[in-house]
Parts: sequence; C-alpha cells; structure tokens
Amino acid sequence: MTHYVRTKDAPLLPPPASTTGIVGWLRENLFSSVTNTILTFIGLYLIYLIVPPIINWGFLSAVWTGEDGDACRSEKVGRAVGACWAFVEAKFGQIIYGRYPVEERWRVTLVYVLGFGALIPMVVPSLPYKGLNALFLLAIYPVVAFILLTGGNIDIGTGFWIGFAVLVAILLGVAFFAASVAKIIELRDGIKGVAMFAVPFAAVVLVSSADLGLAPVETSLWGGLLVTLVVAVTGIVASMPIGILLALGRRSQMPIIRLFCIAFIEFWRGVPLITVLFMSSVMLPLFLPEGVNFDKLLRVLIGVALFSAAYMAEVVRGGLQAIPRGQYEGAMALGLSYWKMMRMIVLPQALKMVIPGIVNTFIGLFKDTTLVLIVGLFDLLGIIQLNFTDPNWSTPSTSHSGYAFAAILFFVFCFGMSRYSIFMENRLDTGHRN
Amino acid sequence: MKSKIIPIAIGATLGLMATSASAATLDDVKAKGFIQCGVSQGLPGFSNPDDKGNWTGIDVDTCRGIAAAVFGDASKIKYTPLSAKERFTALQSGEIDVLSRNTTWTMTRDTALGLNFAGVNYYDGQGFMVRKSLGVDSALKLGGAAVCTNTGTTTELNVADYFRANKLEYKIVAFEKADEVVQAYDKGRCDVYTTDRSGLAAQRLKLEKPDEHMVLPEIISKEPLGPVVRQGDDQWFNIVKWVHNAMLNAEELGVTSANVDQMKSSDNPAIRRLLGVEGKFGSNLGLSNNWAYAIIKQVGNYGEIYERNVGPKTPLGLARGLNALWNNGGLQYAPPIR
Repeated sequence: MTHYVRTKDAPLLPPPASTTGIVGWLRENLFSSVTNTILTFIGLYLIYLIVPPIINWGFLSAVWTGEDGDACRSEKVGRAVGACWAFVEAKFGQIIYGRYPVEERWRVTLVYVLGFGALIPMVVPSLPYKGLNALFLLAIYPVVAFILLTGGNIDIGTGFWIGFAVLVAILLGVAFFAASVAKIIELRDGIKGVAMFAVPFAAVVLVSSADLGLAPVETSLWGGLLVTLVVAVTGIVASMPIGILLALGRRSQMPIIRLFCIAFIEFWRGVPLITVLFMSSVMLPLFLPEGVNFDKLLRVLIGVALFSAAYMAEVVRGGLQAIPRGQYEGAMALGLSYWKMMRMIVLPQALKMVIPGIVNTFIGLFKDTTLVLIVGLFDLLGIIQLNFTDPNWSTPSTSHSGYAFAAILFFVFCFGMSRYSIFMENRLDTGHRN
Repeated sequence: MKSKIIPIAIGATLGLMATSASAATLDDVKAKGFIQCGVSQGLPGFSNPDDKGNWTGIDVDTCRGIAAAVFGDASKIKYTPLSAKERFTALQSGEIDVLSRNTTWTMTRDTALGLNFAGVNYYDGQGFMVRKSLGVDSALKLGGAAVCTNTGTTTELNVADYFRANKLEYKIVAFEKADEVVQAYDKGRCDVYTTDRSGLAAQRLKLEKPDEHMVLPEIISKEPLGPVVRQGDDQWFNIVKWVHNAMLNAEELGVTSANVDQMKSSDNPAIRRLLGVEGKFGSNLGLSNNWAYAIIKQVGNYGEIYERNVGPKTPLGLARGLNALWNNGGLQYAPPIR
C-alpha cells in the first residue's frame, strides 16, 4: 500500500462567487442579514420615490430658455413644466452682481478674479510664494477691492489730514518720551513703530481718496453674490484676529482686560444677529445727528465682524484650554516673551486643534449673511426672492427654481470650505490622536 | 415711579430727532441732487425689479414723477427698499425724502405717527378668489368655506368681521408667507383665497391653472395706497401732492407722453396752465413752470402709468375699477390747476 503524497500544490480555486465582485460586495454591504436586506429595500424604494422626480423636475421637463414667464407656464407651452431655469438665466446678472450698473460690472468681475486668483495658490500647499501672496491678499487686495467696488475718490477733506498730522505728532511725542525720559524703548524703534503705522495708513487713505476716473457706485446698488461674499469674507477675515485677541484677553491675568473681554464676548453672544442688524439699521439713524449717515453696508459689516469675533473667541479659547500647562511652562523656561510664546508655541497647536470649530463658525457666518435681507440689503437669497415679485416672471415654478439655485450656490461654497478644512486637518495632523 | 423716566427720556429724544429732520426737504433734495425714495422690498406692479435690475411699478413711477418735477430729470432718484417695519422710521429719520411703498392711508398713521399722505395713487381693497368650479358668484354664498390667508395681518381680521357681519360660517387656514398661502390654495386645502385685490392678481400667476380661478366682485376693506411725506414741511407735501394731481389732470385732459409737445400749443386753457404755457403754477410750488410737462414727457399721465404697470395688458391684468378717473366711474379725482 503506497502512501499518496501530493507532490504539487492543489490548484488554487477561485473564491466562492458569492464573496467576490459585485455580488460579494452586495452581499456584504447590503444583504448581510435580514434586517439589512429590509433596510436596503426600503432605501431603494425611497431613492425610487425621490430621485426620478428630481431629475425629471430639474432636467427632463425643465425650461432652459425663454423671454419671460410665459415660457414656464404649462398652459402656454403645452406640456408639464418642471424647473424654470430661464428665470435664473434672465436674472443671472442680478444674482451675481446685484443692481450694480451693467457698464461697471467688469469691476466686480475683476475683484472676483483677483480674489480667487490669489486665494487658490494660497490654499494649495505645494505652490510657492506664500508670504508675498499673503501680503497681497491681506494688505493690497482689500484696498484694491474697496476702490474697484466703490469707485474710490472718497471725499475726506483737510480736517482729516490735520487730525492725522496731530495724531502722528502725538505718537512721535510718546515715542520720544518713552525713549528719552522713561527709557523703556530705543528712540529708533519708537520712530520706526510710528512710521510703520502711519505710512501705510496714509498711503491707503491717499489712494482711496484719489480720483482714478472710476464712476462711484454706492453700496445700496450692490447685491447678490457680491454682498454675500463681501459680508462673509469681511466677517471671516476680521473675526479671526479679533477673536484670537479676545480669547487671549479672556484668559489674561490682567483684570481690566479680562473683564472687558468677558463683557464684550458675553454681550455679543447674548444678542441675536437679527437684533444687531435691526439696531444698526433702524435705531442708529435716530440717535445720530441729522446729516451724519453711516453707510448701511458698513454698519452691517461692523456688526457682523464683532458678532462673529465673539463666537470665534470662544472657539479659540477652547483650543487654548486644551494645551497642557507644560507647553506654557516649557516656553517660559526658554525665556520667550508672552507674545512669542503665544505665536510660536501655544497658538499653532491650539488653532490646529479647533479647525473644525473655526470652519463651523465660518460656514455658519456664511449662511447667516442671508439675514442682511431684513435691513434692506439684497444678498444672494434676497435678490432672488426680490425677483420673484417681477410680474413678468410670476409662474408656479419660479420660486422653486430660484430657491433651488440659491441652495446649489450656497452648497458649493459651504461644502468647499468644509472639504478644505478636512484637508487641512489631515495635513496638520501630527498624531495627537488616541 | 422711577422706572418711567427712561422710557420718557428715550421718547422725548426720539421726538426731538423726528422733528429735527423736518427742515425744508426741497432745499435738501436740490442740494444733494437726487430724491431718496423709499420703496417696497418687491411687490408686483408697485415696486419690483425688472430683468436689468431697474425698479419699475406704480409706486416707482410716482417717485420718478417727483424727480421729473423737481429736477426735470426722472432718473435723478435713488431707491431705498424698506420692510414694512422700517418704513416709517426711515421717513421720520430723514433717511428717505418720500415713502412710496403701497402704504395704506389710515387715521393713526396720518395723525399719531407724524406723517402726511399726499394723495392716493391706487385704491386697493381686500377681495376673494375662488375656483370657477365652485360655482359661487358672490362672497355672500361662501358660508362654510375654508379661507386661506396670511397670519397676523389685517386681512385675517377683515375676513372675520365680514363673515360675522353676514352671519356666515367659515374656517381660517392661515400661513406665514404669501407663497405658502398660494400653495395651500392651489393644492385645494381651502376654497377661498383672500388678500388685497392687487395681491390676488399677482398671486394668481403662481397658480398651476390661473384660468380656472376667478375673483369675486365683493371688496370688504378700504386700502387707499399713496405716497407719504413727513408732517411739518408743507412745501414738500404740496409738491408730492401736485405731482400726483398733475398726472391725473393730464389723463383727464388727454395729454400723454406721446402728444405732450403738440399739446403745448393747444388752445385749451386748462392744458396751457398744466403745461406751464400760461400762469406761474410751477413757481408757486417752488419749481420751474414746466414741472408738469417734465412729468408727463418722461413718466406719463396716470392712465399710462396704470396701463404700463398693472393694467389689463400686463401679466397682472387689473381692470381700472375704482382707479378710473371720476368721469369714468372711478375715484381718481384731481383738483383743477388754476
């Protein structure tokens, strides 16, 4: 009797058909148990209920072109009508630019192009010249955008320059006093500091007040995406530094600063944004002397910036509190000053930790911009709603189409911010996870 | 007792502020070179943006008429879209020069709020819309009906008054937004849709099958809408009042934007006075003597404005009705220029 010993490996059999390929994936993910099978069928049924009508409404039976509302009336075109994209098309200029004069709209386009053109290389980590880019975005771009959008040529008057000269003289005096009498600082540093403040400031004012031949466009004509972006971007950019300062102040040892920061934060967090906007647009004019009239958009910008700064401060404070004491003590042991410690050790770690919270605040702010409607500014949503009242475009599907388009635009922006924040989190992740 | 001081102080301050804004509006307007006109945040046919983003509508044309009279140029005007809440503060604080925003002339507003209504550019009133298939031809046959309307408006109160006075049963189905009300009515959740008649005409366009609905003849409330100015500036009040009157007189005399130049050489003394060929009526207002000519030439007479914005040929398709001239059975009646 011979023992049979296999001299060759048995041929490898393919895995059972039910565990590979599409079938296997389906079994594993959709039909792995009775409950899952039932849920799968319910899900499929829901998709069947929801998706085909949306596709039908948005694409198949939608109206893409038309002169006026008649194109979107089913009794006029003789078929069932879904979305009325012709309305969006007719109002597209207003949705993007508001009521900005048609012949001046290239200025807004230029601001959009410059902004996105500088922002994209800024947020893509592998591209060079971050420092120059940041300088352009934070220092030059706001001035350029301001002049392009408003037309510049601001009437400042000699009173301002006299006041400015007096201020510079006082600051120089303080610097001189601090250097020669109190001997806290070097005279050169003091003069340098004053110059660093005064020269750019004077330059900005000078450029803004120069007549560059641009027709002035007042802010009441701005609208649509322009207002949404101006309010959101100003709020986002201003809230970050103010919020960080407030968060630091709230954790400060100095009682006056701490009290001030607490009062500021609690006040702005304690009132609804709508109230702030109402106060600024309805009450403020009554208290100001006649003739003194703040620009409505400016009032909103200030209100939104302060409001979001208070929220940002609390988010940043959350990050500061999560930094272990050892980090502070280590920094102090190295002999770093308070600001150096914050800038080089504490804040980089704290801010990285609260990226989701920061972006949350940004996205919330972006969507809150729709509230400016109640003070008579027409943001993206407001200008679309306003155009619902055009009798030439009054049809059963006008408002649905308008709202759908607004939703798509908002989603693109908010989803973009959210994806970018996840990308940054992963990039900065240095293994503080458990 | 102490707690009453602060509200009084605030009230007094507000009062002071309000009166301080009542200096000569005409001088202010001339100095700044344009008229700041308060309009609505969108009401079809009254003030709404067109495809290019320009404001159009009856209320807008009233403002353009004022600009034409003051500057001889109907485009020297800036618009402030105002919510219903903001509108009176904006006028009192001097933020706007005239409020032309489908505002109903009521006694409280005319007296206690310190406002002046400079005429009525549209006589509106609350009406009912029903399905034709309901087979009802009068609101008095609406017993037991479900009525769709907006919440918290006088519309709701007017319905209650009307049905109670006529001893009819009814059920209110109320919503926050006009769009929701239309949807509910269109989906058959109620038999009747009630709001101002101009509003009914506008909302009707949003129905799936507008031709299957009709507006009943009854009007159950008075809503005279007109331009508003601050109290205490009679000159400006007169200007706004007479801009409207000039538009009415022009229609009555057959002067239109098309024939106004020929009409200047008309023999009719009333037309000659209107167009400033005779008399010094413009300078009595503090304006130039061809003030009315500019209004008619650039904006048109009342009939033209009506037809252009809300008349039968527009999507709104509102018949003249109460807004016809007095000699055509309507209420629009202007004092003569003499």
